[in-house]
Amino acid sequence: MFDLSGKAALVTGASGGIGGAIARALHAQGAVVTLSGTRADALEQLKGTLGGRTHVIAARMDDAADIERLAKEAEAAMGKIDILVNNAGITRDNISMRMKDEEWEKVLEVNLTGTFRLTRAAMRGMMKRRAGRVINITSIVGVTGNPGQANYAAAKAGLIGMSKSLAQELASRGITVNCVAPGFIATPMTDVLTDDQKKAILGRVPASRLGTPEEIAAAVVFLASDEAAYVTGQTLHINGGMAMI
Amino acid sequence: MSDIADRVKKIVVEHLGVEAAQVKEDAKFIDDLGADSLDTVELVMAFEEEFGIEIPDDAAEKIQTVGDAIGFIKGNAKS
Repeated sequence: MFDLSGKAALVTGASGGIGGAIARALHAQGAVVTLSGTRADALEQLKGTLGGRTHVIAARMDDAADIERLAKEAEAAMGKIDILVNNAGITRDNISMRMKDEEWEKVLEVNLTGTFRLTRAAMRGMMKRRAGRVINITSIVGVTGNPGQANYAAAKAGLIGMSKSLAQELASRGITVNCVAPGFIATPMTDVLTDDQKKAILGRVPASRLGTPEEIAAAVVFLASDEAAYVTGQTLHINGGMAMI
Repeated sequence: MSDIADRVKKIVVEHLGVEAAQVKEDAKFIDDLGADSLDTVELVMAFEEEFGIEIPDDAAEKIQTVGDAIGFIKGNAKS
């Protein structure tokens, strides 16, 4: 089950905690993987641990031309893109009263607009092959909201609506579009929280622990597989029971 | 140049699964040949590949009939 041999996957934000775990899991299932992100050294390091069947293409998700180039180079490197995992994302947290336009715009640009642009660029090949998997990494806060994250929550909610629309447009071509919505996951992003903050968060998680990047990656592997062909337009929440939606 | 018309019609027949006799020059892809909006995008992609041309989005939107496609390609084809 969930064998990805012969499939070609592009993972953005692969230098991050969750993105790296997703890339490793897809690779372990047999896929050829292209790692993308802004930190080329971190991507090369991950490539070193994965070994063969791995490519690195650094790209900025706030630059339309760079996104086009990423899609083209990934297709050239792997011959095709079967699986697109839009995981790249940034935060610029601030309470709304103090949030600057640039903080709002930057988060929307990278997390939502960049994802749309890359997906549109990858769609052409998928339509021709009558097969494809688009998996957008959203967040629990896209559904529940979170104080200090109006920009991030808006972008993540936007991904869910976008994914449902794309899923309807592309279903007849064998392309599925789904979201994975992590809750609180142990990554460098959550490492910076204080012990008191972590305690407060865990008080809201029935599972009483942070999730692991591998638990997110497992969901991505499932959605990327042939077995998930009839799953589309869905958001899979992985949050230890923190929100049951 | 009539070769272009034949090649266009062949692509339309294959892609939309319609009878060759239906593919007249005044036939509209969506209204007459049962194409959906994605089909029209895919037909443009197929024409681009067959004739080695780029069909910009604003031109693609104006290609609504088989004759529109043939006309555009005749005006822009390299071979």
